[in-house]
Amino acid sequence: MQELDNDRLVWMFTQMLRIREFEERVKRTFEEHPGVIRGHTHLADGAEASIVGSLATLQPGDQLMATYRCHGYPVALGTETKAIMAEIYGRKDGLCGGYGGSMHLVDPSRGFMGTSGIVGQGIPQATGLGWAAQLRSRSHSPQVVLAFFGDGASKQGAFHESLNLASLWKLPVVYVMENNNYNVSTRSEQEDANAAAGEPLSVKAAAYSMPGVTVDGGDPVAVYEVVGAAADRARAGEGPTLVESKVYRLSAHGNIIAPPGVPLHYPEHEAITTFGNREEYEAALRGDPVPRFRARLVEQGVLEADRADRITEEVRAEMDAAVQYALDSPFPEAETAARYDYVYA
Amino acid sequence: MARELPYIAAVQEAIFEEMGRDESVLFYGQDVAPSDDDNFVKAYGRDRVRVSPISETAEIGMAVGLALAGYRPVVELLMAEFMLVAMNQVVNEAPRLRYMSGGQVKVPLVLKAGYGFTAGWAGQHTGSIYGMFMGFPGLKIALPSTPADAKGLMTTAIRDDNPVCYLINYLLVLEHGDVPEGEHAVPFGEATVRRSGSDVTIVATGWTVGRALAAAQTLAGEGIQAEVVDPRTLNPLDTATILSSVEKTGRLVLVDQGTRHGGASAAIAAEVAEHGFGSLKAPIAQVTALDVTVPYSEPMEAFVLPNEEKIAGSVRQVLGEAPVAA
Repeated sequence: MQELDNDRLVWMFTQMLRIREFEERVKRTFEEHPGVIRGHTHLADGAEASIVGSLATLQPGDQLMATYRCHGYPVALGTETKAIMAEIYGRKDGLCGGYGGSMHLVDPSRGFMGTSGIVGQGIPQATGLGWAAQLRSRSHSPQVVLAFFGDGASKQGAFHESLNLASLWKLPVVYVMENNNYNVSTRSEQEDANAAAGEPLSVKAAAYSMPGVTVDGGDPVAVYEVVGAAADRARAGEGPTLVESKVYRLSAHGNIIAPPGVPLHYPEHEAITTFGNREEYEAALRGDPVPRFRARLVEQGVLEADRADRITEEVRAEMDAAVQYALDSPFPEAETAARYDYVYA
Repeated sequence: MARELPYIAAVQEAIFEEMGRDESVLFYGQDVAPSDDDNFVKAYGRDRVRVSPISETAEIGMAVGLALAGYRPVVELLMAEFMLVAMNQVVNEAPRLRYMSGGQVKVPLVLKAGYGFTAGWAGQHTGSIYGMFMGFPGLKIALPSTPADAKGLMTTAIRDDNPVCYLINYLLVLEHGDVPEGEHAVPFGEATVRRSGSDVTIVATGWTVGRALAAAQTLAGEGIQAEVVDPRTLNPLDTATILSSVEKTGRLVLVDQGTRHGGASAAIAAEVAEHGFGSLKAPIAQVTALDVTVPYSEPMEAFVLPNEEKIAGSVRQVLGEAPVAA
């Protein structure tokens, strides 16, 4: 694991900010450009530190898979934000040409091998990528796969089958569970035996004879160190690790679900709408990882406040341009739905 | 050169030979090569040949990941019904990822499974469930009916850049037939005419091909010349060969080991009704399994399946040589 020098720390802050500003624009689109986004979107605000801390461990050839809450990874990996936004807007210039949408971003050129819209189903696929990485490592430098999923997915058979196999075969996979404590609107202690018993969800790793670590997912450096140690272990051929990264989702699970014609929007967080617990949500806002990391870097003298402001302005300009680009991008020609070379390779 | 091999050996030979030709081919699954004395392990090693736990979602999901990473996994699933445990990976992941990515990825993998084992395996291991896979664009379906095709279709399945359900009819595994030595690939989407005839077209797959040929033999003794067409793959489906046969014969009997509704024969019937109606001199007839779960007890099991007599009877009916039921 490489030491995080000042440039790298500033890079991490910048990527966190880029994810945040991107997601805020997705959310604002529902208000500012009604009807432009269809279906369902899921935002990564609150998980930026976890995402960036994890992705900062990647080395050339490493790969990852994620869930339908997938905007943040390609943003941090360097996929053009205008292409991501255009995909979310269903436009021709979208990352996937408008065939996938918000839940199905993929950029194999950057190791982002895809997502599943179905809870837990990307985990075995990432495990297969892990087998492939193990085979490549026979002739190349060791490579690692990061498998991102939520706490809810850890109640799926796909999770348990995959961790068993990965541990059995010593596959170089780091399973990063972003635990935001809510399955849509159900709290973890209502549906997870470990949570109900007051234990961290990382104890599940013990059942599969692999290390399980819980980390503050609001601290990108802590995440980097934990995921980095797990990645080092995987590269050394010692097998997978389960990392429980505790985050707080700052938006609702997704925009409202409604039939065509009903304007969509983001409701308040489920802590408020389902449980009436505004204090929990406001406490999470006070611990918001993005300003928290900025303050820390400024305090440590890693980043001057002026420079942080300049970065912020640049990021905002980038994201405004992404929105404008996506709005200006044409829709795909309808008949390109019948591109059978996309149905069959 | 061809020599006689049992159907099941032809399947394994194709996998073995493709693994020799292409290092990216992997073979794994439940009970695959638990012993290091296994020929696959000795030839290709444990990196490429692995025995997996009973974890269909992980097995098939891993195949998707391996395929995305450039490998060509062949997953041994033993029974087609075991795919039902992992249906999301089979129908909602593997065949959709390329399209949803706007053509950025491809997912070459083979799901190898047996079906139709109506040999006293009762209700949950006997299904001919291929028809349900026809509703998922992106997923190919191969149903070999002879040892030669068993080899040739597996070779093609492995080389194909898409997910393929390669379905072995377990009633046929010990059937012997000539199988070409060395490289042998049967293209997908090319039906074959197993028997030529001018009076009626019988379309059959897998085990029912043999039943249809037996029925055709009987009918020949009555002066009825039946043409037997074996599509070999249901997706892609060679409707052109079926339509041109119907154009010649004017009559169509569809034989299907699967159930009647929502299945393969219904799909073929719809194609012919839409595109070949002008050729038809009689309504299309379907000889399928009954719409019941396959029962255990032998006489009941036989009762629900298509057989030579039912096929011949149906042919006589479409030829107007037997009373037509109201």
